[in-house]
Amino acid sequence: MMVVKKTVGSRIFNLFNTLFMLFMIVICVVPILHVFWASISDPALVQKSSGIILYPLGKVSTGAYKIILNYKGIWTGYKNTLFYVVAQCLITGVLTVVAGYIMSRKRFRYRNVIMAFMAFTMLFNGGMIPTFMVVRSLKMLDTYWALLIPGAMSVFNVIIMRTAIQGIPDSLEESARMDGAGEFTVMFKIILPLCKATFAVIILFTAVGKWNAWFDALLYLPQDKSKYPLQMYMREILVTASTDMMNNAGDLIESAQLYKTLVKYGSIVVSTVPILCIYPFVQKYFVTGVMIGSVKG
Amino acid sequence: MKEKKEKKQKVIGYIEHGGIKALPHNLALDFKRNKVIYFLCIPIIVWYIIFHYVPMAGIVMAFEKFKPALGIFRSKWIGFGNFVEFFKGPYFLRLLRNTAALGILDIIFGFPAPIIFALLLNEVKNIKFKKVTQTISYMPYFISMVVVAGIIIDFTKSGGVISNIVATLRGTTPENLLGNVNYFRPIFILSGIWQGVGYGSIIYIAALSSVDQELYEAAVMDGANRWKQTIHITIPSILPTIIMLLIMRMGSILAVASDKVLLLYSPGIYEKADVISTYVYRIGLEQANYGLASAVGLFNSIVGTVFLLTTNAISKKLTETSLF
Repeated sequence: MMVVKKTVGSRIFNLFNTLFMLFMIVICVVPILHVFWASISDPALVQKSSGIILYPLGKVSTGAYKIILNYKGIWTGYKNTLFYVVAQCLITGVLTVVAGYIMSRKRFRYRNVIMAFMAFTMLFNGGMIPTFMVVRSLKMLDTYWALLIPGAMSVFNVIIMRTAIQGIPDSLEESARMDGAGEFTVMFKIILPLCKATFAVIILFTAVGKWNAWFDALLYLPQDKSKYPLQMYMREILVTASTDMMNNAGDLIESAQLYKTLVKYGSIVVSTVPILCIYPFVQKYFVTGVMIGSVKG
Repeated sequence: MKEKKEKKQKVIGYIEHGGIKALPHNLALDFKRNKVIYFLCIPIIVWYIIFHYVPMAGIVMAFEKFKPALGIFRSKWIGFGNFVEFFKGPYFLRLLRNTAALGILDIIFGFPAPIIFALLLNEVKNIKFKKVTQTISYMPYFISMVVVAGIIIDFTKSGGVISNIVATLRGTTPENLLGNVNYFRPIFILSGIWQGVGYGSIIYIAALSSVDQELYEAAVMDGANRWKQTIHITIPSILPTIIMLLIMRMGSILAVASDKVLLLYSPGIYEKADVISTYVYRIGLEQANYGLASAVGLFNSIVGTVFLLTTNAISKKLTETSLF
């Protein structure tokens, strides 16, 4: 921070700066608050309202949530997304640790060749259509694998992992080897525990990415809705305005159609609350993660 | 006698500087020493080949009148036919213009925003207030693009919060902003800033915190005020970070966040909203014209790579900082 003399000018600046920061806080928080309060407000009043909703309007209603929780799609989406997140973290985690470990072993003479082989894919890739054709010809369309395998490894993460592992002294592996440890033992019992922080960051970023993912599902699940992740259902509710959910709502509550907008808000709440809850606890890992990424190995 | 001795001499270690001739020997030795590593490499290499290098080969589709029934090897070769069709087609200029416009707007507005935010945050004296602001500002980054699009769509519909504000400011009646072709770019860029400014500032804040305090103290003794300190100390200190991130941004200039466009656009606003990637998606996956889509996609990739390498080279010449 700069060293400043307390002048009138600097006081004015501080005032404006503080106001600006408050503005930033408001801007980031208000849209979410609006969505939340509106979702439990009286639907007729929400329809008429033209401003930002900062408290529930009229009588608190739970109709929107009744409709949402009764919609099979939300549950399917949640189940699938939880599966994708866990599975992807496992697959990507293992592959990244293995790749990072391999690339860090100095006794592996040709590791730089493999590294270059991987790094080239960062510069240039086949594109959306050729990759799609490959997945299709492997008969992976409309399978769970299509959302787990094509995106399994990122060279960037491998480089980060490698850098972290390179920080571990070779003597540790040597003494483990002398005690008869094999490669896997060294990898998972010795090296991995020592770079837990880096590994945690990679897993965290992978998990959040997977939670929010939808485009890969759009491409690779052309027919099978039962495998849709949560965000694909969200897309149907919020963007393409599908009527699946509302069609059955009429049996649940009177004048269900009134709740159309509230249901949109409610589903945003339902799909984003997990992230927002976990966020305060893990946000420092993300900050660390950005730093790690910025230090070129 | 000497020959016998030389024949019996076995090489124990690697042969350095042996060239290609030494490769089999070195490879065999390396394999013996690192068996497990070599076996582990196999799935990794296979994965890269299947999902990265084979699609590269699929670029061949760009030069064919590709028909899925005939496959890559039997579809008709038409050379640059697809490219010509694209360049001469009615959409080329529009797509190029829209993609470039969004990319350039992003660099002009989206890129500096986190830097400015970081500089201002740096000036906040109350540490708790600073931390709270920071933490809250990163939050929008973790909301999914679909939900952000949903919020945008709702706030900009006729009668939506933002539509009403805009209507009041302009003295017009509230309308569906996303249906009006002229509002697309501001909505796209501003919402991008909203989502990214906090998270993007993390790296600059870290760079700022590593600036040597003594520099500031010396400057104050020379009579520099806050503004002068910013220009002469703060900004030059984070310049390498700025440039590196700028190069990376330029490289992906054409890879405009097409998933966001896909969520927000509609045929009515294709005129300013349709970008190269969304066109590729429509032509390829909706119309199944794989040849044309591959050609356009290839064009996109090549221009992106050229941009990246050019920006990198320019930066090397001007500032000595570069990505490679």
